[in-house]
Amino acid sequence: MDLQTLWFAAVAVLWTGFLLLEGFDFGVAALLPVLGRRPADRHLMLRSIGPLWDGNEVWLITAAGAVFAAFPGWYATWLPALYLPFVIMLLGLIVRAVAFEWRHSSHDPRWDATWTHVITGGSLVAALGVGAALGATTLGLPIDGDGIRVGGSFAGVGWSAVLGAVAVVAFAVVHGALFLALKTDGDLRLRARALALRWSPVAALPLLAWAGVVHLRYGTPVTAVLWLVAALAVVVTWTRIRLDREGQAFAGWAVMLLASSATIFGAAYPVVVPSTIDGAFDVTIADASVSDYTLTVMTWVAAVGLPVVLGYQAWTYWVFRKRLTAEPQHEQAEVAV
Amino acid sequence: MDVLDIARWQFGITTVYHFLMVPLTIGLGILVAVMHTMWVRTDKPEWLRMTRFWGRIYLINFVLGVATGLVQEFQFGLAWSEYSRFVGDVFGSLLAMEALLAFFLESTFLGLWIFGWGRIPKKVHLAALWAAVIGSIVSAYFIIAANSWMQHPVGVTMDSSGDTAKPRLTDIAAVLTNNTALAAFSHAIVAALMVAGALLVGIGLWQLRRRKLAGQPATDVDHQVWRRSVRLGGWVSLAAFLAVALTGDWQGKLMYQQQPLKMSSAEALCETEAPASFSIFAWNKLGSNECDDVHSITVPGLLSFLAHSDFSTAVPGVNELQDHYSEVYGATYPDDPARFGNKAGEPVDYQPVLAVTYWSFRLMIGMGAVSAGVAAYALWATRRGRVPVSRIGVYGSLLAVGAPFVANATGWIFTEMGRQPFVVVPNPDVPVAEQIWFFTAQAVSPGVSAGEVWTSLIALTAVYGALAVVEVGLIARFVRRGITTGDGTPTPTGTPDGPDRADSPDGAADDVLSFAY
Ligand code: HDD
Ligand code: HEM
Ligand code: HEM
Repeated sequence: MDLQTLWFAAVAVLWTGFLLLEGFDFGVAALLPVLGRRPADRHLMLRSIGPLWDGNEVWLITAAGAVFAAFPGWYATWLPALYLPFVIMLLGLIVRAVAFEWRHSSHDPRWDATWTHVITGGSLVAALGVGAALGATTLGLPIDGDGIRVGGSFAGVGWSAVLGAVAVVAFAVVHGALFLALKTDGDLRLRARALALRWSPVAALPLLAWAGVVHLRYGTPVTAVLWLVAALAVVVTWTRIRLDREGQAFAGWAVMLLASSATIFGAAYPVVVPSTIDGAFDVTIADASVSDYTLTVMTWVAAVGLPVVLGYQAWTYWVFRKRLTAEPQHEQAEVAV
Repeated sequence: MDVLDIARWQFGITTVYHFLMVPLTIGLGILVAVMHTMWVRTDKPEWLRMTRFWGRIYLINFVLGVATGLVQEFQFGLAWSEYSRFVGDVFGSLLAMEALLAFFLESTFLGLWIFGWGRIPKKVHLAALWAAVIGSIVSAYFIIAANSWMQHPVGVTMDSSGDTAKPRLTDIAAVLTNNTALAAFSHAIVAALMVAGALLVGIGLWQLRRRKLAGQPATDVDHQVWRRSVRLGGWVSLAAFLAVALTGDWQGKLMYQQQPLKMSSAEALCETEAPASFSIFAWNKLGSNECDDVHSITVPGLLSFLAHSDFSTAVPGVNELQDHYSEVYGATYPDDPARFGNKAGEPVDYQPVLAVTYWSFRLMIGMGAVSAGVAAYALWATRRGRVPVSRIGVYGSLLAVGAPFVANATGWIFTEMGRQPFVVVPNPDVPVAEQIWFFTAQAVSPGVSAGEVWTSLIALTAVYGALAVVEVGLIARFVRRGITTGDGTPTPTGTPDGPDRADSPDGAADDVLSFAY
C-alpha cells in the first residue's frame, strides 16, 4: 500500500473513531429532554459522559488535523466550500463545551436548566453539521477546476447534506441510548433500552441509505459486502437488545457504524472531494496530498503516538467502567482500578 | 472592507481571544500541579485547599480554551485556504502532531483528574494532572513551531513541479529545532507563568485583606492558603519576569537577523544608525505610518546592544530596508487578480503599521514590568507574616492581574502584525533564489464571499463576547466565595469526595474540586 492510500485509510479511521466515540456523547446529550425528565436522571446522564466527552472531541480535532497534514488540497477545498455550515457546527461545539462546565456553577435551577438545554441544542447542531459536511462531501460539492466553490454560500448543501445530517443524528441518538443502557442502572437503564429497541431499526435507515447511495455510485464488490455487514449488524443489534444483552447490542451498533463508514470511504477512494460540476474536477488523494517525505514523517509519528493514545484512552474507559446509579453510596464503595 | 481585511480581523480577534485562556491554562496548570504535589508530599491541608481552589479556576478557564481552540483548528482552511495549500507540506503536520501528541494527553488526563478524586490511587491521580499539564506544554511547543516556521521558514526547498510552486519539507528536525521556535516557545511559557503568578498575588492579597478587616484569625488554615498563594505567586512572577527578559532578548537578536524590518519598525528607527539608540517614547503623526514624521526620546546605543550585544554596531533603518525589500521582493504585487485579488499590481508596503508595532512592543514590556513591580510589592508587604490593608496596594494588585494578559496579547500582536505584508516571511539565511515567501494578500480563500466572512466574524465575536461575560462573572463569584463552604464554615479537610457522589446534588458540593455532573 502506498503512503497516500495509507493516509486515506488513517483519515477514514479518525473520522470513524470520532463518530463512534463522540457519537454516544452527542446521543446522550440529545436524549436529555427525552430520558432525563427528572433532575436525578439528567444528572446521571451527564455524569456518564462527563469524563469522556473532551477526549472524544479531540478525535475531531485530530481528524481535521490529519486531513490538513496529509491532504491539504482536501482541507483547502472542503472547508471554504462549506464555509457557513462549518461555522455553525463550530458554534454548536463551542456552546456545548462551555455548558458542560458551567451548568453546575449556580444553585439556581433555571441556570441549570438553561445550560442543559444548551448542551442538547449545541450537540444537535454539531452532529447535524458534521453529518451535513460529510454527507455533502461524499456525494459531491459544486467545485470548479481550481477547487473553488461555484454558487452561493449554501450551494454545497443539498439532499446529500440532509441525508448525512439525519444519518449522523439518528445513529447518535440510538448509540447514546445504548450507551446509557450499558453505563447506568435502574429505571433509566430500562427506559434507554426500550428506546433503543423501538428506534434502532428506523435510526439505521438513513445511514444505510447514505452508504448505499455512495456504494451504488462509486462502489466495488468489497463495499457491497461491507454494506451487507452493516445491514446485518442492525438485525443483530435489535435481537441483542431484545435479549437484554446491552454490551453486545452496543457492539453490534458500533459494527453498523464501522461497516457503513468503511463502505462510504471504500467506495469514495481515491476521490476525496467529488465535483458535481464535472468529474474531471474531482479532487483525488494524488491531487491533494503532501510529499512522500512528509507522509513518512507523519507515519512514524502516528505509529508511535497512536498506540499510546489508544492505550491510555482505553485505560480511562476502564477506570470509569462501573455502572452509575442514582442510589447513594452504591458505586462509591467500589473504587475502580 | 474586502474579504482579506475581514478575514484578518476575524483571525486576529479569535486568536487573541484564544490566547487569553491559553497562558492561564499553561501557567496555572503548572502551579496547580505543584500545589497538588506539595499536598501529596506533605499532607498539609492548606496545599489541598489551594489545589482545590486554584484547580477550579484552572478548569473553568480550561474549557473556554478548548472551545475557542476548536475554531482555530478549522480557520486555516475556512478563511485561508490558499495559505493552507501553500504551506500544507509543513504546517499541517505540526498541527496534526499537536493534536495527536498533546491534545489527547491534555483532555484525557484532565478528565481523569477531575473525576478521579478518591477513586484512583493518590499518586496516580497526581500523575494524571502532570500528564495533562505536560500536554499543554507540548501543545504550545508544536503550535509555536508552526508559527515560527512562518516567521523563519527552515527545512524546506521550493518545488516548482506541478502547476504551482510550493515549499516541500526536507528536514523535519530543522523545523522542530528552528531557533525562532525555541526562543519563542521558552518566552511564551515563562510569559504564561507571569499570568498565573499575577493571579495568585492579586486574589491572595485581596482575600488576606478581607479576612483581616473582618477580624478573621491569622492562624487558621485558610489564612495559610492565601498567604502561601501570594508568596508563591510573587516569587514565580519575579523569576518569570527575569526569564521573560532573557528569552525576549534572545528573540530580539534573532529577529534582527530574520526580520529586521519588524524590529526597526518597533523602534521607529528610520535611518540606519551606528550606534543605534532605543526609543522610549515617540510622538507626532505616528499614525501617518511615515517613519520620518516620528520624533522620540531615545537612549543612545541601547538598540545596538539589543540587536548585537554591543553598543556601537549599525542597525539598519526602516527607509533603507524598505528600498532593499522593494528591490528583492518586488515594488508591486504581481499583476495576477486570480491570486492577489484587488491587490494585484498595487505597490507593496513592506513596513508594518508603525503605531501598532511600536506601541505593542512597549506595552508588552511595560505591562510585564508593572506585573513584576506588583509582585515585588506583594512580597515586601507580606514579609514575615504581615498582611497589607492598603486599599491602593491591594486593589492595585487585583487590577494588575490584567497586566500580563495585556502583555501576552500585545506580544502576539507585535509578532503577527510585524510580520506583514508577508504571512510566510522570507528567510534571509538562504540565497534569495532559494527563499520562500508568501504574501498575506494571496493567502485568503478565493471562493468565500465577504458576506460569509462577515457573518462568521459577527457570530463568533458575539458568542465570544457573551462567553467572556459569563466566564468573568463565574470566576469573580467563585473568587469572592473563597474556599469556605456556602454556610461560612471552613472547608473540610481530607480527601474530597468524587464528583460522581450521587448524594450531593448539583451545587451543594460547590467547594469540592470536581464538577458534579
Ligand atoms: C502557546 C500556546 C498556544 C498557542 C499559540 C495556541 N494554542 Fe491552542 N491551545 C493551547 C495552547 C496554544 C493549550 C494551552 O494547549 C490549550 C488552551 C486551553 C486548552 O484547553 O488547551 C489550547 C487549546 C486548543 C484546542 C482545543 C484542544 C482540546 O480540545 O483539548 C485547539 C484545537 C487549539 N488550541 C488549536 C490552536 C491553533 C490552531 C492555534 C494557532 C492559531 C492555537 N491553538 C494557538
Ligand atoms: C502559534 C500559532 C499561530 C499561528 C500558526 C498563527 C497564524 C496566523 C495566520 C495564518 C494569520 C493570518 C494571516 C495574516 O494576517 O498574516 C495570523 C494573523 C494574526 N495572528 Fe496569528 N498565529 C498564531 C498565534 C497567534 C496568537 C497567539 C495571537 C494573539 C494572541 C495571534 C495574533 C494574530 C493577529 C492579531 C493576526 C492578524 C494580523 C494581521 O492580519 O494584521 N496569532 N496568524
Ligand atoms: C522584558 C522584556 C521583554 C522582551 C525584551 C521581550 C521581547 C520579545 C520579542 C522580541 C518578541 C517578538 C518575537 C518575534 O516576533 O519573533 C516577543 C514576543 C512575545 N512576547 Fe515578549 N518580551 C518581553 C516581555 C514580555 C512579557 C512580560 C510578556 C508577557 C507576560 C511577553 C509575552 C510575549 C508573547 C506572548 C510574545 C509572542 C509570542 C512569542 O514570540 O513568543 N513578553 N517578546
